[in-house]
Amino acid sequence: MPDRLAVRKTYKLYVNGAFPRSESGRTYEVTDARGAFLANAAHASRKDARDAVVAARGAFGKWSRATAYNRGQVLYRVAEVMEGRHAQFCEEVAAGEGLSAGRARVVVDAAIDRWVWYAGWTDKLASVLGSANPVAGPFFDFSLPEPTGVVAVLAPQRSSLLGLVSVLAPVLAGGNTAVVVTSRERPLPAVTLGEVLATSDVPGGVVNLLTGDAAEIGPWLAEHDDVDAIDLTGAPAGRALELERLAAGSIKRVLRPPAEEPDWTADPGTGRMTRFLETKTVWHPKGV
Amino acid sequence: MTSLFEYAPAPESRSIVDVAPSYGLFVDGEFVDGSGEPMKTVNPATEEVLSEIAVGTEADVDRAVKAARRAFTRVWGPMRPADRGKYLFRIARILQERAREFAVLESLDNGKPIRESRDVDVPLAAAHFFYHAGWADKLAHAGLGPDPRPHGVAGQVIPWNFPLLMLAWKVAPALATGNTVVLKPAETTPLTALLFAEVCRQADLPPGVVNIVTGAGDTGRAVVEHEDVDKVAFTGSTEVGRSIARAVAGTRKVLTLELGGKAANIVFDDAPIDQAVEGIVRGIFFNQGHVCCAGSRLLVQESVHDEVIASLQRRIGTLRVGDPLDKNTDIGAINSAEQLARIRELSDIGEAEGAHRWQPVCELPDRGFWFPPTVFTDVSPAHRIARDEVFGPVLSVLTFRTPDEAVAKANNTTYGLSAGIWTEKGSRILAIADRLRAGVVWANTFNQFDPTSPFGGYKQSGYGREGGRHGLAAYLKESS
Repeated sequence: MPDRLAVRKTYKLYVNGAFPRSESGRTYEVTDARGAFLANAAHASRKDARDAVVAARGAFGKWSRATAYNRGQVLYRVAEVMEGRHAQFCEEVAAGEGLSAGRARVVVDAAIDRWVWYAGWTDKLASVLGSANPVAGPFFDFSLPEPTGVVAVLAPQRSSLLGLVSVLAPVLAGGNTAVVVTSRERPLPAVTLGEVLATSDVPGGVVNLLTGDAAEIGPWLAEHDDVDAIDLTGAPAGRALELERLAAGSIKRVLRPPAEEPDWTADPGTGRMTRFLETKTVWHPKGV
Repeated sequence: MTSLFEYAPAPESRSIVDVAPSYGLFVDGEFVDGSGEPMKTVNPATEEVLSEIAVGTEADVDRAVKAARRAFTRVWGPMRPADRGKYLFRIARILQERAREFAVLESLDNGKPIRESRDVDVPLAAAHFFYHAGWADKLAHAGLGPDPRPHGVAGQVIPWNFPLLMLAWKVAPALATGNTVVLKPAETTPLTALLFAEVCRQADLPPGVVNIVTGAGDTGRAVVEHEDVDKVAFTGSTEVGRSIARAVAGTRKVLTLELGGKAANIVFDDAPIDQAVEGIVRGIFFNQGHVCCAGSRLLVQESVHDEVIASLQRRIGTLRVGDPLDKNTDIGAINSAEQLARIRELSDIGEAEGAHRWQPVCELPDRGFWFPPTVFTDVSPAHRIARDEVFGPVLSVLTFRTPDEAVAKANNTTYGLSAGIWTEKGSRILAIADRLRAGVVWANTFNQFDPTSPFGGYKQSGYGREGGRHGLAAYLKESS
């Protein structure tokens, strides 16, 4: 018999650095892998998604123009703060994904280390992806990677923390801001990640986390004119085609979903960063 | 204002090029009949019919894709990369050898001044093949893993503004990376692509590696939608780009798009005005303004507005509009009656919405499609001529007071292809260049292109790059 009744957490959205309930007033029941009640999560609406896009656009200027060194430190700080909440993440991942304590620990370790990996990338991208171009004329000509802008991310449905971090961190490393629709069935680690982000020097609005149904919110994000790119990794089965068609309306960059959810423990490579980067080329004449 | 000097005509001879009365499709190394109703291509400067061009149907496109697939599987894919490179070097050399022929043909079919086709389009097209030839056996060094692989068959649809150059931008990287090609040239400018087919034959390029299927929108759609095409590359309008992105959605096809633009050309008060005026002219009147990256929105700092506009008008008064084959011509013919109608419509709307139209006194030929260089002042950011791509020799002038305002106005567009900055202050160039949401920024210059320099857009100007190491990524699957 516990000597104290636990104080349960209210799981809310994370939008523009704050934790609002859904404006719709809707919630849905989240259960553990065996079907036992865990929490009532906020069920994000179209309006919540639109608010999140406004927040992400508002945050883009500052985040994209922060120095690469600064962005790297902020992402590293996320890893530091996550480490302090290690036990909590293990509990939530174990419950939501039905993992053993040992397996959950491995997943949480990998999620924290993934932030560290991407933190180290921010100030390497320009030298690895940029170039000085030897044009046939008296010009200095160089190309540099720049962030695409506001990226909508449909997070993986199965891997609720490692998968989420694996799709979110590369978007941020390049200087983009994000609107994420979390795993529908397993949203709780995402909300806790929001609490980490809120206390890790990540400016409000850079990451916005919407718990709810990608099948419902995805189309609004895919056709939103102020969203520059969409990652369909966690698109509900059978909906990717429709979402990609909607995204074509404003020439969004689209990352198509894999045939099945990948092994998130594998080496991530640079592909998820380069997908959400543009190349800018600048010319200037040489002369005395 | 009458012209400053009288120039005697200096026409380039058109006898260097033979235009056949009709052309077929180039499929599997042979010219074959098209199944569609043939179309005519006209000289936009005279409305003279130049030739009758075959139109490819779905069945024709299917044959071309099959030929490309066969060539990819049996010949081009397995070929030693160094040999692929050698074929491209050959093509580059033949383009140089036959440069005058290509230049004259391009000006005949497109209407652009011979000075531009001779000095820009054709040499750059050859340079693109020469540049990419060298990549063919060095792809492991392109930053795409140790063994990047081609996609297979590339379906490519190109516009009428730089017919041969856009062909080169598409075909050279596709072949260098080991893909084979089905190319659909623009409806109104097929001739240089068909002459290029002859270059492929002279180079002994294996049949099926390059297939050229002429036609209009339906033919292009058949190329894009063919299910055995692995990679789609398109240059053209944002509207068509959208429909292509929809068409390839949910398929395995990889897509790159190079679409429209509404570039800001920003002139600060400390800019060297004479150089800036040359740059403004080059930015908007180069190629009759039929340039996706044209500097069509001039943003002038308020304090120098009157000086810049007076100087610009003086300069525009000396531009020669007329016979594209005359070596003195600065501005040639508008490419088609349809495009001319669009330019007229948008210009009329500009006036109706309250902007002030200025055009120099300018004698235009009686026949053909012509539009004088045009400057709109008193343009507000809400006017259609400040928002819509005119794709003609029409400049919209807006003003700004502070650098922040210049950046905000420059970025106030759904496009993001290019931009220009004119100032003597280096730190300002770099700061403004950082903040412009555009894929190419020209500082104290405009409309420069080079095969080593990545080109492509932000936002609704498309995605993917052409040129440089970055351009190879569009045609390769990364290896791990």
